Amino acid sequence: MSGMLAVTITVNEKSYRREVEPRLLLSDFLRHELGLTGTHVGCEHGVCGACTILFDGESARSCLMFAVQADGHSITTVEGLAKDRDHLHPLQQSFWEAHGLQCGYCTPGILMTLIPFLKQNPDPTEDEIRHALSGNLCRCTGYQHIVDAVRLAAEKMK
Amino acid sequence: MKPAPFEYHAPDSIDKALDLLHEHGSEAKLLAGGQSLVPAMNFRVVQPGLLIDLNPIGELSFIREEGPVIRIGSMTRERHLEFDASIEKRIPLLHEAVPFIAHPQIRNRGTIGGSLVNADPAAELPVLMLALNARLRARSASGDRWIHARDFFAGMFTTALEPDEILVEIELPISSAHTGWAFMEVAPRAGDYALMGVAALVTLNKQKKCQGAKLVYLNAGDGPVEAKGAEKLLEGETLNDKLIDSAAELASGTEINPFGNIHASSDFQRHLARVLTRQALKQARQRAGMDLQ
Repeated sequence: MSGMLAVTITVNEKSYRREVEPRLLLSDFLRHELGLTGTHVGCEHGVCGACTILFDGESARSCLMFAVQADGHSITTVEGLAKDRDHLHPLQQSFWEAHGLQCGYCTPGILMTLIPFLKQNPDPTEDEIRHALSGNLCRCTGYQHIVDAVRLAAEKMK
Repeated sequence: MKPAPFEYHAPDSIDKALDLLHEHGSEAKLLAGGQSLVPAMNFRVVQPGLLIDLNPIGELSFIREEGPVIRIGSMTRERHLEFDASIEKRIPLLHEAVPFIAHPQIRNRGTIGGSLVNADPAAELPVLMLALNARLRARSASGDRWIHARDFFAGMFTTALEPDEILVEIELPISSAHTGWAFMEVAPRAGDYALMGVAALVTLNKQKKCQGAKLVYLNAGDGPVEAKGAEKLLEGETLNDKLIDSAAELASGTEINPFGNIHASSDFQRHLARVLTRQALKQARQRAGMDLQ
């Protein structure tokens, strides 16, 4: 069974059926099989957080799962956040307004980390925000503007 | 950075997983949360011929309070330990320590059984199992056996499990009302592997003397390290600051064996152990209901 396996995976509320090799990482499945390149791949060993997605609603590293494991499960990627091109999710809008990104490489992973975080903690302190971000590396911003963006988002989402 | 090819099986019961393990032997590897195994596979440090994915086995995921113990299925996610009300109430040391394990994204996938079987000396859960006197239930085709936490960890990334066994359950005694607890660690960043960490428990008798103590360290040797000499020093005594200092001195100076790494020399790790032991024992003492001031 190291041959191809059939999987049916719901991504951003759309169901996809594909044949995959067992060793295909979920991150590569999203990018290469589905063309959803919003999920970024940084370290591929679970340290940088760039590939964070929602797996059945909870944040997870997509580089530390195989696509076959997502069979029958529901994934949300950064592409699933905005309603359309003109209507960003309030969290995305806040990152724009507060300059919460520079190169943008880490941003999708950070957004997908923060979606469940803000659901669980709608009015976080700076400490809590920094703690929530500890699993996501950003090498541009020094995090200050990211923290500002999260605060702004919490305001907007109230 | 891509894993080598492997066969994949996703059995939906323990029995089916055991059959596969029996059939394929050392060729096979069990996949729990994958938060340590998958990075190792991505690096091709580990190249199993076959993966047996335990994630679909619902019967391995539970937290049940039963009389004097709490039973936890080996595939229970760390995130579920973190938010479980009976663990918070009955085993506060575990409740306090789980948030120190990596990041929320990791705890959402990582499992208690996976971490224990991985037996990383820098991991939190092995230390907690030793401190909490856990028993671990292993199952093979020939039946079940219970292994005490103190016999389970057999060195760096090594356990007492046989190749045909699966860890199925962890049994933790409920903490006594007279037991104080503390878990502390120092890490370069929140969620990183800690440079040093300690789990402390002290139980007081009616005379407010120490009836029993536990001090277990992470990243202090080739597995979770219990400072039995320091524990003995505390037993039967009044836990004053001077005694706590002596226990911290003994544990950090001679009982642990930290190796040092690029972030911290072994001397610095011993220093951290000394400071953390003092702080943890004082907090545990206070939580056990003893206020010296």
